[in-house]
Amino acid sequence: MNLSALLNAMPGAVAQGLIWGIMAIGVYITYKVLDLADLTVDGSMATGGAVCVMLMLNGVNVWIALLCAVAAGMLAGLLTGVFHTAMGIPPILAGILTQLSLYSINLAIMEFKANQGINVTKYALIVSQRNVRTVSWNNPILIALVFLAALIGVLYWFFGTELGSSLRATGANEAMSRAQGINTNKAKILGLMISNGIVTLSSVLLSHYQGFVDVNMGRGAIVIGLAAVIISEVIFGKLFRNFALKLTGVAIGAVIYYIVIQVVLWLGMNTNLLKLLSALVVAIFLGIPYWKAHLTARSARKGGRNNA
Amino acid sequence: MLDLIDVRKTFNAKTVNEKVALDGLSLHLNDGDFVTVIGGNGAGKSTMLNAIAGVWPIDQGSIMIDKTDVSRLPEHRRAPLLGRVFQDPMTGTAATMQIEENLALAARRGERRTLKPGITRAERNQYREQLATLGLGLENRMTAKVGLLSGGQRQALTLLMATLKKPKLLLLDEHTAALDPRTAEKVLQLSEKIVTENRLMTLMVTHNMRDAIRYGNRLIMMNDGKIILDISGEQKKNLTVENLMTAFFKASGEEFANDRALLS
Repeated sequence: MNLSALLNAMPGAVAQGLIWGIMAIGVYITYKVLDLADLTVDGSMATGGAVCVMLMLNGVNVWIALLCAVAAGMLAGLLTGVFHTAMGIPPILAGILTQLSLYSINLAIMEFKANQGINVTKYALIVSQRNVRTVSWNNPILIALVFLAALIGVLYWFFGTELGSSLRATGANEAMSRAQGINTNKAKILGLMISNGIVTLSSVLLSHYQGFVDVNMGRGAIVIGLAAVIISEVIFGKLFRNFALKLTGVAIGAVIYYIVIQVVLWLGMNTNLLKLLSALVVAIFLGIPYWKAHLTARSARKGGRNNA
Repeated sequence: MLDLIDVRKTFNAKTVNEKVALDGLSLHLNDGDFVTVIGGNGAGKSTMLNAIAGVWPIDQGSIMIDKTDVSRLPEHRRAPLLGRVFQDPMTGTAATMQIEENLALAARRGERRTLKPGITRAERNQYREQLATLGLGLENRMTAKVGLLSGGQRQALTLLMATLKKPKLLLLDEHTAALDPRTAEKVLQLSEKIVTENRLMTLMVTHNMRDAIRYGNRLIMMNDGKIILDISGEQKKNLTVENLMTAFFKASGEEFANDRALLS
């Protein structure tokens, strides 16, 4: 095995990790702040790229295309929110329904092709894989870091406002929130919209980075997002108490995830088995708190007997 | 003023588990009334409070708070008129948020939540003073997560949150039932102090007959979703647990069935 090949792959892994870190922050907002597991992201992770790339191919300015993409993501979140709050559909199923409909919508946006390429030499892409090993202002790692910093700053401010606090309260205790006059349905919808807006931002950056958008690029996104959230909790859980630091931790979690994937690939794992590996790792980490609770309950019973 | 007019609610209608929880309940409260509510298991005490709060829609009748018909309003739109403390200390506060954040949420009950800061420095100082009046030392732990507090501390905090913005009506739903006797006593005295100081119209459900007699200016007893006994003024002051039990038997023709009430 060639160590320099691994080192060569590292900048790419970090750049991808940072871009997916933006997505993971979106997942954090639904999964941790609102206490909803939102599967919409598997669809919106392709929508962002689809909208932005197609608009740019048709001559729209990159920043306007980006804004349209984010708006499309927010609409997807709105749809899931309406399925859940106005139609009483459980959040996981509501997300699956939107995700499924997004598959068709994404294909329609992409003029019924499974993928669409966009060339960095012809179009003003925000980031490109081509610059990942260059020392320049165009380096995707640097640009992704700027986006992350701005995003974390805005979210830190927002969740400190009255409106943002009402979203946190809804996730923490719905009965209490309603008793304090918070429209919890509205809060959930808003949270889903913000989350999916962030996911589409990540999707746009990823499509630019790789130079194409693929209808399947969001498949398993929720698992990658959860992996990042869980990795950050395991490593920084006790260290990062501040909200901005927690979001930073999630982005670092995504980078760690991509570095681990890179190492596993370097060790010779078949690329097609990656999703299986990701799912198993996330399942085990999700199980840990449950096992911990069981073990402490058992040892508490034992302790009781010993003391008697 | 509070007016319940012929309020009806049936759970699991047209199933084997059908339960008429409120059976044409009518009740009028004057401003400043502090009413204690007792009754057997399943008498409809908590159901009445939940109907007023709008936890679910009622089947029939109307609920007026200060001439506002709230019968068809969703829970969060009634919240500005109401202060609520629940039986379970976990229900009234957000465990993962700080003490001061919980208070700041309550301070904005009934107001539009905007992009202004969720809490200001002036508010913090005000909360510190108000927490100090609880006498629990919470004023020195303002940024602690509420999940770290004991049940009694959480109920005291919920009580403060419920009355931070003066409500038209305070609903106390067996709010000391989950506490140990000494803490329960403290929280009850605190409740009375807050109610008297602010002259709040209050409905307090309790399973403790002695408390029901000791607190408030009026006592109502419920059975099968209706009010079967309504005692106020001088008559209430002379009540004893024994003649309350006799009165219950006379009014309902049943033994008073509430294990916790009988054991306490």
